[in-house]
Amino acid sequence: MTDLVRMQSIDKHFPGVHALKEVGFDLRAGEVHALMGENGAGKSTLMKILSGVYQPDGGVILIDGQPVSLPGPRAAQAQGVSIIHQELALMRHLTVAQNIFIGREPRLSFGRLDEAKLNADATAIFAGMNIRMDPRQPVEGLTIARQQMVEIAKALSYRSRILIMDEPTAALNDAEIAELFTIIRRLRAEGVGIVYISHKMDEIKRIADRVTVMRDGAYVGTVAAADTPIGTIISMMVGRALTDDEVVIPDLSAAPVALEVRGLRRGRAVRDVAFTLKRGEILGFAGLMGAGRTEVARVIFGADPRDGGEIFVHGKPTRITSPQEAVRAGIGYLSEDRKHFGLALPMDVRANVTLASVGRFADRIGRLNEGAMGQVARDYIARLGVRTPSDRQEVRLLSGGNQQKVVIAKWLLRDCDILIFDEPTRGIDVGAKAEIYRLLNELAAAGKAIIVISSELPEVLRLSHRIAVMCEGRLTGILPAGARQEEIMALATKRDEGKAAA
Amino acid sequence: MTEVPNRTGGDATQKLLAFASLITLVVVFSVLSENFRTISNMMNILQATSVIGVLAVSATLVIITGGIDLSVGTAMTFTAVTAGMLLTWAGLPIPLGILGAIMMGALTGLISGFLITKLRIPPFIATLGMMLVLKGLSLIVTANKPIYFNDSPGFTAFAQGSLVGRLVPVLPVPNGVVVLFLVAAVIAYVLNRTVLGRYTYALGSNEEATRLSGVNVDGWKMAIYALAGAVTGVAGVLIAARVNSAQPALGQGYELEAIAAVVIGGTSLAGGRGTILGTIIGALIMSVLTNGLRILSVAPEWQIVATGIIIIGAVYADMLRKKS
Repeated sequence: MTDLVRMQSIDKHFPGVHALKEVGFDLRAGEVHALMGENGAGKSTLMKILSGVYQPDGGVILIDGQPVSLPGPRAAQAQGVSIIHQELALMRHLTVAQNIFIGREPRLSFGRLDEAKLNADATAIFAGMNIRMDPRQPVEGLTIARQQMVEIAKALSYRSRILIMDEPTAALNDAEIAELFTIIRRLRAEGVGIVYISHKMDEIKRIADRVTVMRDGAYVGTVAAADTPIGTIISMMVGRALTDDEVVIPDLSAAPVALEVRGLRRGRAVRDVAFTLKRGEILGFAGLMGAGRTEVARVIFGADPRDGGEIFVHGKPTRITSPQEAVRAGIGYLSEDRKHFGLALPMDVRANVTLASVGRFADRIGRLNEGAMGQVARDYIARLGVRTPSDRQEVRLLSGGNQQKVVIAKWLLRDCDILIFDEPTRGIDVGAKAEIYRLLNELAAAGKAIIVISSELPEVLRLSHRIAVMCEGRLTGILPAGARQEEIMALATKRDEGKAAA
Repeated sequence: MTEVPNRTGGDATQKLLAFASLITLVVVFSVLSENFRTISNMMNILQATSVIGVLAVSATLVIITGGIDLSVGTAMTFTAVTAGMLLTWAGLPIPLGILGAIMMGALTGLISGFLITKLRIPPFIATLGMMLVLKGLSLIVTANKPIYFNDSPGFTAFAQGSLVGRLVPVLPVPNGVVVLFLVAAVIAYVLNRTVLGRYTYALGSNEEATRLSGVNVDGWKMAIYALAGAVTGVAGVLIAARVNSAQPALGQGYELEAIAAVVIGGTSLAGGRGTILGTIIGALIMSVLTNGLRILSVAPEWQIVATGIIIIGAVYADMLRKKS
C-alpha cells in the first residue's frame, strides 16, 4: 500500500537553529497519526513544510508516491493538504459560509456574489460532516469549538485528503472534544489522513492510530498508539540527555518567604491558586498548554486584573493592580513572548537594559546620563555574556539567547528580588539554554526568588527546587525536586476532581 | 556575529538622504531661476517654514509614540485665538499672552492624551474629534471675526522682527525662524537625552513591553501629548504674530502638511523611529518646493500635485533604503 504522504530526510535551518535534522514522517489514508514532542521539537516546523508555509533545505516529499514541490500554501492545498492552526484564522465579522469560501466565492454576472449558492454549498458540507450549522451566522458569535468545525468544513471544501490539526482541543471542553473526535473518526472512515498534534496523552490514546515522536528537531520513532504505554511515549519525548545533570537543592529551611499567594482567581484560567516562594528558591511550574501557568504569572505581575486573592511580598500584603506596582514591589516578569512583551526591538541594547530603570539615570529635570547608561549596559553585557558588537546594537539583530539575556539584564538592573521566567529558553538553541540555566542557578544562589514556567519537563526537572503542577487553572500539586516525570504528568492531566493536597 | 549598522548609523544615512534631496532641490531651483537664489527669497522660504516646521515638530512627538494628531492645525488656531483673547481683549502683557497660548496648547494635548489613554479611544478618532471641537470653539469665542493685535505693538516682532538681522545685517533671519530652530533644538534634546524622550521611543517601539517594564505608560503618553500641545501653542503664537491677527477660520489642512513634513523626514507612522532633524529637513523640502515652483510660475494647482508626488516618492525611497 502506498502512503498518502511520505516525507524523507527533511532538513531545515533557521538563523542560529537547526530546526529539523533529516526528519522522516509518513501518513496513511484513513489514519489519525499523532505527532508529539515538546515545544521546540520541530513538529510545527515539519507540518508547516508539509503545508507549504516553509521550504525545506533538503529532503523529499511524496504524495501518493509522487515527489511534489510545495512552494506555497496554495500549492499544498492543490495537493489536498489543509492545516487547521491553533489560533483559528477566521474573519470574525463574516458569516460561516463566507469564511469557508473566502477567495473562491461563487459569482453571478458582473462580479455579483451568488450568496444562495454560497450558503447551499456550505450547508452541503456540514451535512456531509453530519453537524448542524447555520451558514448565514457570523463567525464571531460561535464558540471556539464551533469555529473549529468551520475550519474543518473549510478544509473539506478544498477536498483535502490530508488534514493537519495543531492542538485542536487546547480551548475545548470535554463535550466539545467528544464532538470533535466524532468528526475526526468520520473523516478517518472516509479515507482522510489526519496529522494530530497534541500534548495531551489521554487524547492520543483515544483518537490516534500511530504516534510519531520528535525531539530537538530529530525523528525519535513511530509506535502504535493502542499498545504503547504512555510512559514509553513520554520517555521518547523527553529523552534522558538533559536530565542527567544533578540538581543541587540548597537548604532553604531557614530562608524567609519572598512571595506568598493565596486564593488567586481569574475567570476560568486561574482558579484558587496558592503557593509560597522562598528567597533563593527556584519554583518550577509544569503543566500542559493552557493549564493557566502564564495567566498566574500575569495576574501576580498585575498585567491582567484578578477576580480575587491576596499577594504577600516579603510577608507584607501587597496591592498589585498594575505592572508598575509589581515592579515597585520588586517583582519582574520575563514573558514567554520576548518580542511582543519583553523587548523594544528597534531600540538598542543599552535602551532595553535600562528601560525599567530609566528614572535612576535621570537628574531632577529628567535629563538622562547616557554615559552611565552605557557603562551599566556594558557591565551587564560582560557579566551575562551577551554576544553583541556593542551596547548600541539594535536588539532585533541579536539571537534569541542573547535577546533573553538582555531581558534578564533589564530586571537584574531593576533590582527585582522576585523573578518570574515564563518559558525562559523558548526559541533558544541547546548551547545557549545551558547558559541560561547556569544564570538562573547563580541568581537563586544570590538570594533571588525565582519562578520558572516551562512546558519542557526536562527543563523543569533540571532547574526546580520544587515543582508546582497546574491543570485547567488549578494547582493540582507541588512536588519535591527529583519527582518522576510520570508523577508530574499525572498531576498535569488531573482534571476536574477538586483540589489535590499541596 | 554579522556586522550590521547600528541605530545611529542607520539614522545617519537616512538624514543624509533627506538632506541630499533638499540640497538637490535648492541647487536645481537656483540654476533654473535667479530670483530663487536671492538672500531675501531664502528668508521667505525660512519664514514660510517656521509655522509648519513647529507644527511638524509637535506632530513628530506624537507620531514617534505610534499615534497621530489630526488636531494640530485647529489647535494652533485655538491657541492663536487664546493669545488674542489674552492680549487684545484682556490687555495682558505680551509675555503672559504668549505663555497663556502655550499653556492652552498643552491643555488641548493633555485632553487628547486623556481620551487616548484613559478612555482608550484610538488616536486617529480622538484627535479627529478634538480637531472639530477646537475649530468650532475658535469660531464661537471670536464670533467668527479675526482678533487683531494692534493694541499690542511688538507682538508681531515675535515672528516678523529679526534679532539676527540687527546683529548681522546681511542675514535678516526672521525671529520666527529662530523660534523654529530653538523649539527644534529643545525637542530634539528632550527626545534624545531625557526620560520623556526615552519613553516616547519605547512606547512607539513596543508599548506592551514598556508597560510590562513597570513604566506608567498612560501617564507618560499624556505627558507627551501635552508637550506636543505646548509646541503647537508656539506655532499658534507664531502664526498670530506673522499675520498680526488670530484668524479663527484658519488652521484646518495644516495638520496634513505637518504630517507630510514628518513623513518626508523619515519618521515612521508605525512609531518608534524618527528624528527632529529629519522633520525639519522634511518641512524645508516642502517649503522649497512650494516656493521654487511658484517662482518658476508653475500653476498653483500643479504645485499641489507636485507636493503629493514628493510625499509618495519620499516614503517609497525610504522603504527602498530600509529593504536594501
